[in-house]
Amino acid sequence: MKANCWQGRDSVAIEEVPEPRIMNARDAIVRITSTAICGSDLHLFHGYIPTVKKGDILGHEFMGEVVEVGPEVHNLRVGDRVVVPFPIACGSCAACQSGLYSLCENSNPNAGIAEKLLGHSPGGIFGYSHMLGGYAGGQAEYARVPFADVGPITVPDDLPDEKVLLLSDVFPTGYMGAELCGITGGEVIAVWGAGAVGLLAMRSAYLLGAERVIAIDRFPYRLRLARERVGAEPLNYEETDVVEALRDMTGGRGPDACIDAVGMEGHHSSALLDAYDRTKQSVRLETERPHALREAIMSCRNGGTVSVIGAYGGFMDKFPIGSLMNRSITLRTGQCHVQRYTRLLLDRIRRGEIDPSFVISHRLRLEDAPVGFEMFRQKQDDCTKVVLKP
Amino acid sequence: MGADVTAMGGAPLDSPAGEPRGRFLPRALGVLSLGLGAAALGTPGLVSRVIGVDDSALARTVLLRAVGVRELVPVAGLLASGTPAGWVWGRVAGDTMDLVALAVAWRDRRGERRRRVGNALAAVAGITALDLLAAVLASRAATSRRRAFRASATVTVNRPADEVYRFWRDLENLPRFMYHLESVRADGDGRSHWTVRAPGGRRVEWDAEIVDDNLSELISWRSVKGARVPNAGRVRFARAAGGRGTEVRVDLVYAPPAGALGRAVAKLFGEEPGQQVRDDLRRFKQVIETGEVVRSDGSPEGLATRQQLRQRPARPAADRAPR
Repeated sequence: MKANCWQGRDSVAIEEVPEPRIMNARDAIVRITSTAICGSDLHLFHGYIPTVKKGDILGHEFMGEVVEVGPEVHNLRVGDRVVVPFPIACGSCAACQSGLYSLCENSNPNAGIAEKLLGHSPGGIFGYSHMLGGYAGGQAEYARVPFADVGPITVPDDLPDEKVLLLSDVFPTGYMGAELCGITGGEVIAVWGAGAVGLLAMRSAYLLGAERVIAIDRFPYRLRLARERVGAEPLNYEETDVVEALRDMTGGRGPDACIDAVGMEGHHSSALLDAYDRTKQSVRLETERPHALREAIMSCRNGGTVSVIGAYGGFMDKFPIGSLMNRSITLRTGQCHVQRYTRLLLDRIRRGEIDPSFVISHRLRLEDAPVGFEMFRQKQDDCTKVVLKP
Repeated sequence: MGADVTAMGGAPLDSPAGEPRGRFLPRALGVLSLGLGAAALGTPGLVSRVIGVDDSALARTVLLRAVGVRELVPVAGLLASGTPAGWVWGRVAGDTMDLVALAVAWRDRRGERRRRVGNALAAVAGITALDLLAAVLASRAATSRRRAFRASATVTVNRPADEVYRFWRDLENLPRFMYHLESVRADGDGRSHWTVRAPGGRRVEWDAEIVDDNLSELISWRSVKGARVPNAGRVRFARAAGGRGTEVRVDLVYAPPAGALGRAVAKLFGEEPGQQVRDDLRRFKQVIETGEVVRSDGSPEGLATRQQLRQRPARPAADRAPR
């Protein structure tokens, strides 16, 4: 089968690889009908996530048709149409039973590696480094799905792929980012990053009852999407000082909650500050360029909440702990516990409350994945989300 | 964990490292060192006459005092240390210096004094031989102690203690998650037959017996007398705080013999035996909670530290036939 494989820093290529087979009794094999490139795939692409190997199949956002099930999978049948959550979760450990699926205690066969870098190991993720399991990803014609009795959600035939594909990651991730803000009604929410996750976090914030949403980015086309498709107030950080502007827009208070939907490869309008983290990251003195996180903390109102859903890998410098501590700010974060949200959000899609496909900008063939990565990386042609069709 | 091992169900291993043997000689030498040191410092005049160097002021005042201090330095180590090899080798070095000094004194003297120096030389030569013997024995004991693998690890399993206990008590389940075991056969009556496949195709087998078995709390076992690789193990089950499942704690000891078999067993456990027991327990948790050991393309054999260092690419393996 064809698969998009990592070749080294800044390079992916379509390779012919063997088809997957059942390895555990609770596996299923899925013939992929749609798969997407995630912003966090760019972190892998750029070589900032450790323990990615040449030849690894990338991709953790995919859906398709079940073509084979292991002897212990009783809830799926060959022919079912499923969306697959990006975290691999067993459903029976203490973490899964508390709804913390991305922290599954059994799904990472390389827990020892993650433990060395992170203290304790999270669960496994499709196509997302060996530290997080060494699982083949979904930018391919077929994928093996472990714990298929827990993760995949069957979707009705009347909903096209594009409406449900993003249930695999970016929609639940954005939704969880908004949920972590503890919205009870009437809040002002600022969101750093108007990419797919950020845009869906903004929509979710409104769904949960926020009164105003502010979108922070540097690409006019993304800010336009935020304004026109979500109803957010745009803020271009290359044209203005974000902390100042947010203070000004909120009567001096600051947003009630701030969402970091940027993660480890942020940019800064000040060339000097940008160069500081860029230099340290390039020689691996820190793993992050955490401009968005620093700004989110500094901007947040006293006693507010900072929700981090952008992906980070290791260690950051100049963490504003003084601001966080002295101003009673709550920091909440996590890789999305997708399995917790799929049913809920599928229902919202079916009821027509939201159609997350508005973030999709490009549809390419799987064979064009390398083009898609390059286009997404360069933000060419107003790229926000690339969907690949095997 | 030394004390812990002997405490395993009150049933120590069959003296795997010859631990009690190497201790008498160093202690005796400690007492001798104390006596000689005290005499050299306390009555240098008498000592210098006895060994025939009372004609040298330098020997009487400076050299004998220095020798006395040197004799006293290792006393505490020799009397109390569990690993006295270094102290005894220190004595051998001191002996060598004394022999050289006395040989020089013997060459320079005539008559009665020469006879006394000769006697002292003979006595020191005797002590040197004893020290040498003690040093070799102590070093051997230290080496074999190093060869014993002691490893512990702990994991929390999301199941009640009695269920976790029952799974472990069926010893034939152990090879499902303890990768160094090829098989365990329960022979009834608390006896079992264990088989390990070590590197180089070597197979090591032994019989073991359950030493302690407290329902839902503890199981401990040890190889029966005559095993080529004496070993023992213990697993404890305790309710985790707040009812968060069961904390499982395992202690293992293997005391492989010297020689090729010992080296093979050492290789089996690798650099970090503790890491392997940890891997065992993670797989144990997977088997109990999910039904089997979880596999990925990078780690097709499932969780194992060695596998983590030699990952296959995260793609379906080429050596499998297409679906």
